[in-house]
Amino acid sequence: MSVTQSSPDAIKLTGQVIGENTVVPGNGKGRGKSPKVDRWYKPKSVLGKVVLWITLIGFALLFIYPFVWLLAASLKPRGQVFDNALIPKTWAPENYVAVWDQLPLVSWMFNSISIALLAAFAVAISSSVVAFGFAYFKFPGRNILFALVLATMMLPGAVTMIPQYLIWKELGLIGTWVPLWGANLFGSAFYIFLQRQFFLGLPRELFEAARIDGCSYWGLFRRIAMPLSVPSFIIVFVFEFQASWNNLQASLIYLNAGSVEGFTAPLGIAYVMTKYSPTAGGQGDYQYVMVASLIITLPMLLIFAFGQRYFIEGVATQGRKG
Amino acid sequence: MTSVLGRTDGGRPDGDKTSPATQPRVRKRKYNRREAIAGYLFIAPWVIGFLVFTLGAMIYSLVISFSDYNLAANTATPVGFANYAQLFEDPKVGLALGNTLVYALMAVPLEIAFALFLAMLLARVGRGAGFFRTFYYLPKMTPTVATASVFLLLLNGNSGAINKGLSAIGIEGPQWLVDPAWVKPSIVLMTLWTVSGTMVIFLAALKNVPRDLYEVASLDGAGPVRQFFAITVPMISGAIFFNVIVLTIAAFQVFDQAYLLFWRDQSNASPESSLFYAVYLFQQAFRQFDFGFAAAMAWLLFMIIMLITFIQMKFGNRFVYYEGDDNR
Repeated sequence: MSVTQSSPDAIKLTGQVIGENTVVPGNGKGRGKSPKVDRWYKPKSVLGKVVLWITLIGFALLFIYPFVWLLAASLKPRGQVFDNALIPKTWAPENYVAVWDQLPLVSWMFNSISIALLAAFAVAISSSVVAFGFAYFKFPGRNILFALVLATMMLPGAVTMIPQYLIWKELGLIGTWVPLWGANLFGSAFYIFLQRQFFLGLPRELFEAARIDGCSYWGLFRRIAMPLSVPSFIIVFVFEFQASWNNLQASLIYLNAGSVEGFTAPLGIAYVMTKYSPTAGGQGDYQYVMVASLIITLPMLLIFAFGQRYFIEGVATQGRKG
Repeated sequence: MTSVLGRTDGGRPDGDKTSPATQPRVRKRKYNRREAIAGYLFIAPWVIGFLVFTLGAMIYSLVISFSDYNLAANTATPVGFANYAQLFEDPKVGLALGNTLVYALMAVPLEIAFALFLAMLLARVGRGAGFFRTFYYLPKMTPTVATASVFLLLLNGNSGAINKGLSAIGIEGPQWLVDPAWVKPSIVLMTLWTVSGTMVIFLAALKNVPRDLYEVASLDGAGPVRQFFAITVPMISGAIFFNVIVLTIAAFQVFDQAYLLFWRDQSNASPESSLFYAVYLFQQAFRQFDFGFAAAMAWLLFMIIMLITFIQMKFGNRFVYYEGDDNR
């Protein structure tokens, strides 16, 4: 529904293959690493083990190499960026000072963090409310409506991109942050699905007992469902935070015409890539591009360091049962 | 499609396990009025959002696709099928569609194969899996813009690290980002670097395969290759199917990498083979502001994605093994 859905991220397009019995993320069932599982797949011969570990380490190096390269390049003077040395021959930490002076990186980071927080909180709360509606209450047309929720996951973002732009334009909100998170107030299909799965895993007796004690319907959600669903709430939050952080296209559509200070981090990098590109009149100061790229990657690495299991669980949930 | 959707929407809030007795399967359901109203109120945000940002937007988009939209005056003049006719007249639409199709055909099978390979490696390590998975997942956390800016340099034809590495083992690397023939492989390479999301889904599926199947098979003398095709592939066919569909839809909408590497500057210097459908659509909509034509392009994309997904589902349902479903 939101513009963020136009990002071709697998997360948004689930629904079809996931079944009723999908293991609920975050409630402990999803991450069973039983020792039994470990034993069976292990290679039995010593040679097999050696080959396995060498391959694993090889791929780990392959995946890490661009990061190390990026870090090294960000610390090299202009002429040495392409020497591909992983330890700079000449250290140029002044690149970071130069970037600080030349680019409004702080302002980009602030914009991106603010938008990502708004987007993530909005979608996590609204999806949770809607999901509880689908999970707990019985009302006519519920199953059809829920099928409709799932069906919207299949919709390519391109189809709604233009009319959504016109809606925001009509509201006079082009150039503001609102189009980048506003639609999140109305929930988002995959997250509704995920939260609903979680709520379905809660014992209904809990809610019935609260009802008898005179708890309102909203109270059921606010005082019981919400506190219990913190793990799936975090999954939704970190996913949307990342999606928002990554969302280049929406920034291009809604913020590109504004001032450079108003850019988001991804839009800023796109701008930097052009600014320093020799074909666009720059001098090929790629070390600055690397500094900026590294800095906008750091928040994601930080969020991953603390929330790794939520990312992994969230992704794994998609394919479960399927 | 309906059959798959049917599987997923069975929403019984109490589930089978908790209270089978209180939920006799009767066709006529009695709804508690207050409860039903509360339910509608809870889902109201989504309903409103759906009516405005999805259904409303789709209808609006359909109207625009049959009009000449003037952004400055905010008027839509009906032009009948002119925008749709232009889809066939504009050679770039066909070009972009062809590029996207070729890209999808390259990217999806490679992503599936690579992700499955990595997942099978990780499934074999036991306790170290978590450690390696962290490293393998890091690229997925990197913002696409950062990935693109690094690969822009790594893929440099003359002095990039990838070609330096290739020449070290005696291979002369191509001009990745310049040679039209190597543009798509370059983007595929970037996509493969961030394949870990798919890998995690495969890993989860692999962990659910009952181990005794392999035991029995190896007692019967089946080698690793035979076991892979006779046990692993059928047992995780659901995950394969899911990933193929999701990755195909994503491949048809590939935008960020192509935009950043080739179409950022709005210069015409970039090879035509890098013009993907989503990029051309974006250009028509937000550079030319030809909303009518862009909306028609979007609907064509929608139809194509729907058609391909439908075919994949028809085909997929034949071989996908669903647990507990016999005689399928």
